Amino acid sequence: MKIAIIDYGAGNIKSIQFALNRLGFEGILTNNPSEIRSAEKVIFPGVGEASSAMKKLKSSGLDELIPTLTQPVLGICLGMQLMCNHTEEGDTKGLGIFDTNIVQFSNRVKVPHMGWNTIYNLQSPLFQGINEKEYLYLVHSYYAPLSKNTIANTIYEKEFSSALQLNNFYGVQFHPEKSGMVGEQILKNFLNL
Amino acid sequence: MLTKRIIPCLDIKNGRTVKGINFLELKDAGDPVELALKYSLEGADELVFLDISATEERRKTLVQLVQKVAQTINIPFTVGGGISSVEDVELLLKNGADKISINSSAVKNPKLISEIAKNFGSQCVVVAIDAKFIHENWKVHLVGGKVATELDLFDWAKEVEQLGAGEILFTSMNNDGTKNGFANEALAQLSKTVNVPIIASGGAGTMNHFEEAFSIGSADAALAASVFHYNEISIPELKNYLKTAGIPVRI
Repeated sequence: MKIAIIDYGAGNIKSIQFALNRLGFEGILTNNPSEIRSAEKVIFPGVGEASSAMKKLKSSGLDELIPTLTQPVLGICLGMQLMCNHTEEGDTKGLGIFDTNIVQFSNRVKVPHMGWNTIYNLQSPLFQGINEKEYLYLVHSYYAPLSKNTIANTIYEKEFSSALQLNNFYGVQFHPEKSGMVGEQILKNFLNL
Repeated sequence: MLTKRIIPCLDIKNGRTVKGINFLELKDAGDPVELALKYSLEGADELVFLDISATEERRKTLVQLVQKVAQTINIPFTVGGGISSVEDVELLLKNGADKISINSSAVKNPKLISEIAKNFGSQCVVVAIDAKFIHENWKVHLVGGKVATELDLFDWAKEVEQLGAGEILFTSMNNDGTKNGFANEALAQLSKTVNVPIIASGGAGTMNHFEEAFSIGSADAALAASVFHYNEISIPELKNYLKTAGIPVRI
């Protein structure tokens, strides 16, 4: 299976490649539009700051390419957030795939939300075989509120979307590549879509 | 609910795990990758690798190790020791480290914190602070606690938070190696002073010490080395103990 991991210079993307290897798959790190378009699965990672990540996407034209993809696409962490309409981080306009806006946690809780938290109300084939309230690893200061695209919830300060889906587009706030066996199962489910 | 994290720390010298008390009488303790895998399978929530080698090839050896660890384990890990530039950080993150930890280099050059945060995000910047309680004040120390500074722990913690640290790893030099428990009062005060997660370090001897670091010290995570390396406390046993005591943990 050809799996493209979108490489736009955003942080630690080797981890995703290594996770795929552990599952017996190869992922290609690429920012080449034709390579991405021809892949069977596309993973859109991202750690770091939203506005600079968006700038990098724009400079390689990936901001126009990603919303037009028709194969299953999985945005992870900042990748998921950039797939939304807008994020408060750096007042950044996103790709507009998910019709929701990313907002910041308040200072009533420690920020970033860092560590292992549960996901529940699972509503997608992405969570095939995953029990309600399994633990996943998250690290983020901004979040997607609950919306019609929500397919998993998590509580920190309030209930928010720990995963989103619209048609072939999937987004997860947690890091499946860093979430033990449960995370690997979710990655496997994505590859099986 | 967000759970409290248990973090084994591995001291690394020339690509091997070493065990010793206060960096003295270091003994080879095997392959760090194997040990990391063992801890991750036992339910460790994260790992910290602290490189204490002082050779010319240290950087190359460390990068190779980071890559092997990232290939093998499926939980997050932090790498610290001798990191003093954005380039150092980039090399480690590119090879699979999730976070980096800086200590003395942050005190010498506080701008380094904001530079790393700007380039790679606050989530990957752990600022390690070693402090000693002297004359009713917590003073920051450098070089593994050997060199005293005039910095106050709480002032410095506030400053590193403002500069963009995503997490603070606080080691109490008074407690480190004693196995008498963590510095819970200072930890609790630290949690009130800053709004980033705090990792407690130094003093773990019993399972109850971990419980106290979370309940009294309000720590978000607790780090220990020897109690895990010498099999004095097993991670599954510790997590069950904490769960029974009402501390949220991932089991």
